[in-house]
Amino acid sequence: MIAAEIAENRFGLGAVGRVSTVRDVKMALKRQLRDFIARPPAIAAVPDAKTISRMTGEYLNGLREQGIIGKPVIDDSNVTAAQKRKRATEVQKHARKFFGTSGRDFYAQAVAARISTAVSSQTPFAERLVHFWSNHFAISIDKSPIQSFAGSHEFEGVRPHIMGKFSDLVKAAALHPGMLVYLDQVQSVGPNSLLGRLTNTPRRKRKIGLNENLAREILELHTLGVNGGYSQSDVTAFANAMTGWTVTGLSRGPVGRYIKTDNSYGETIFADALHQQGRVVVMGKNYAASGKLQSLNIIDDIARHPATAEHIAGKLAQHFYGDNPPDSLKRRLHEDFMRTGGDLTSLYETLVDSPELWEEPVRKFKTPWEWTISIARAFPDRELYRNKPLNFLRKMNNPPWRPGSPAGYGDRDVDWVSPDALYQRVQFANRIAHGLRDLTDVEKIAKGLLPASLSKTTRLELQRAESPRQALALLMISPEFLRR
Amino acid sequence: MTLARRTFLASLGAAASLTLVSPTVLAKTAGSKKLLFIIQRGAADGLAQLAPIGDPAFAALRQKFVEEAQQGSKLDSMFALHPSLSRIASLYRRKEALFVHATASTYRERSHFDGQNILETGGERAYQFKSGWLNRLADQLVKRDAGASALAIGDGLPAALRGDFAAASFRPSNMADPAADFLDRVGRLYGDDPLLASNLQKAVEVSALAGESKAIKKRDYAGLGTLAAKLMRGPQGADIAMIESNGWDLHAQAQFRMGVQLDRMDQMVDAYQIAMGQEWRDTLVIIATEFGRAAAINGTAGTDHGTGGMMYMLGGAVNGGQIISDWPGLRQNDLLDERDLLPTLSQEAIISDSVAAHFGLDPVTTRGNLFPHVADRLKIPQIIV
Repeated sequence: MIAAEIAENRFGLGAVGRVSTVRDVKMALKRQLRDFIARPPAIAAVPDAKTISRMTGEYLNGLREQGIIGKPVIDDSNVTAAQKRKRATEVQKHARKFFGTSGRDFYAQAVAARISTAVSSQTPFAERLVHFWSNHFAISIDKSPIQSFAGSHEFEGVRPHIMGKFSDLVKAAALHPGMLVYLDQVQSVGPNSLLGRLTNTPRRKRKIGLNENLAREILELHTLGVNGGYSQSDVTAFANAMTGWTVTGLSRGPVGRYIKTDNSYGETIFADALHQQGRVVVMGKNYAASGKLQSLNIIDDIARHPATAEHIAGKLAQHFYGDNPPDSLKRRLHEDFMRTGGDLTSLYETLVDSPELWEEPVRKFKTPWEWTISIARAFPDRELYRNKPLNFLRKMNNPPWRPGSPAGYGDRDVDWVSPDALYQRVQFANRIAHGLRDLTDVEKIAKGLLPASLSKTTRLELQRAESPRQALALLMISPEFLRR
Repeated sequence: MTLARRTFLASLGAAASLTLVSPTVLAKTAGSKKLLFIIQRGAADGLAQLAPIGDPAFAALRQKFVEEAQQGSKLDSMFALHPSLSRIASLYRRKEALFVHATASTYRERSHFDGQNILETGGERAYQFKSGWLNRLADQLVKRDAGASALAIGDGLPAALRGDFAAASFRPSNMADPAADFLDRVGRLYGDDPLLASNLQKAVEVSALAGESKAIKKRDYAGLGTLAAKLMRGPQGADIAMIESNGWDLHAQAQFRMGVQLDRMDQMVDAYQIAMGQEWRDTLVIIATEFGRAAAINGTAGTDHGTGGMMYMLGGAVNGGQIISDWPGLRQNDLLDERDLLPTLSQEAIISDSVAAHFGLDPVTTRGNLFPHVADRLKIPQIIV
């Protein structure tokens, strides 16, 4: 029973109704990796990046018809350069506005799709991995245009790539338009690129040039890790190589005016005119000038660097084991990563086969997201969410795709256990339990969900509760249900 | 202690029947000094907040930002405080604010997360210490004044307040308080789980202290300042509190956002100062960030990560009306790595000596406790009255 409970709670997202009775739980977990559906119906129903781009174009056409923005310039003869500039900038301004305001709807739809996918998933281990990687490559709607990108970043930039090579995942997630906008890559321009040379005339007050934000975070957060041995000159060199990656239709200023992006909004492109041509040295290795390929080659190399293997092994171990995972576990994952060159499915199978993860049933505190999803899965036939889970997740500072920084949400107990945070869970459990009718035997439900870890103390309090409703609230905030 | 406990229970009212662990957090008697620490997460630009307009190299580095800097409050021939900080500027004129410039922690890399960890935990290396310096300061105080208390206002417990000392945390909320009977049951549910029990205990205490004014609107920064004062005022209030301020990592189009950020901070400090009333006299507010930003504007009208920055010391307890700086200059050769403002003052030494003076603690012991790697021969000017 212990193994079944661990498979549901530690590897998965919590049992649906009751812990399953599969005999070979490890085999079942590995099968989830193969059965995982990259594009389930709920997610397929949400507008993807292409659709959002098309909708933006339609919106702009609408504004043109109303005369709010100028028609695209076809005949050059009657239009001055200044008018052309203004007209071009108008389009980007309105496109960005659309990404911000309509983004609220795109975001809400994407959140709903993520929640329903997680709640009903029959491959919850794989879903957990999606959430893990999405948070590893975090973007945040704290920047308002990101609202339009957040769902697509996870659904297109992360989800389809989590079973393949890590280097491909890095390229898909870090070069997704949402990331390029979030970490300011869109406007980074090589000072000696074609656009740099054209724009940075001596009399121009504001020079355009490099922005090293994304390059640094790829090294620090996505791959090598902060102690991965890179220096400021590696960051600058990589940032130079990365120039050229930008997003269509949204950039302001010279970048926006110069990049031809016919009727495409918010899609990743590599624009040679922005690229700083030239050899660079990153982590001691020479990369000849090769345009777009240069940055891709660098990513390929750093994505299989031993420091990256160590960084990823450590994060995965912590996610599944809890704070301070044992060295044996980290070493096993590290070796697997190095041996396969970053094959992710192999890494997950190694996790399943790691004895450290099958010890005692509860150890790690659930994040508000995990807790909320596990509640919804635990009571599948009940309408627990009249108050909408997103509202609660906002209050708990854990709504999808809104961490305070590109490091993503914290993954240690101290990040989520504090007086105020615990109190909110107590309040929330109390509130949703009040909305329930005709619950009968909560103790039986508890035994079904936590067959191995349900403690005597909790059982006693469930029996003593003044109503099934109160018992249910207590179960949700019991020490064993708060952990996984 | 007995007396303190009684005062505390009286304030809890209906919830006083809780069968939780014995209350200590917010029950206190001795010491009337207050410390509020505000962390600016994301590396707030020191050269924008307190602009060295008198430095001949400044204009070339900051280009189009210079005009706005010129419109700030000119504090002396060198420095102008950002125009959005008008209320803090008047504190400066009343000698209740001072600024430290060209300062940094010992950290010399440019990762936000390591930089913040060092600023909050007081290690020489990131993640060297598990506890934060505010937590260890609370520990030091509680050894002297049995009831000393520490509180985070916002979302969860920041690294600076984590550690052995059981700090409380409070976040404004409009969800209803559960009935006392229900909380009693939860207390019993956590009977075998000291971590959850003590967290619940503290939450119930602060919630009672905050009373009705718990729900503040999301962007109500003045409201947050007032609430912080309410949770700190009087013998029941926290001696040490911390507020996290986000959104300072302005890599692109920084100018407008910086104005908004600083205006919010200015509003919060002003409301806090007013709401502290008489106790503002005994209050020290420190505002600090993990590191400064590159001296020159980058290619996208923002700034990338740098090193030296500035820090605020506010409050009636402060020897205000001065700028503490050993100004290194901004010429290419003056800059660290030909890029960043060179730090010439130790952020840790200044924080440590200030809080030691403020609370009347031995400065050497305090440095050893808060920032053990910072040499005690580093002398700093007088910051506390």
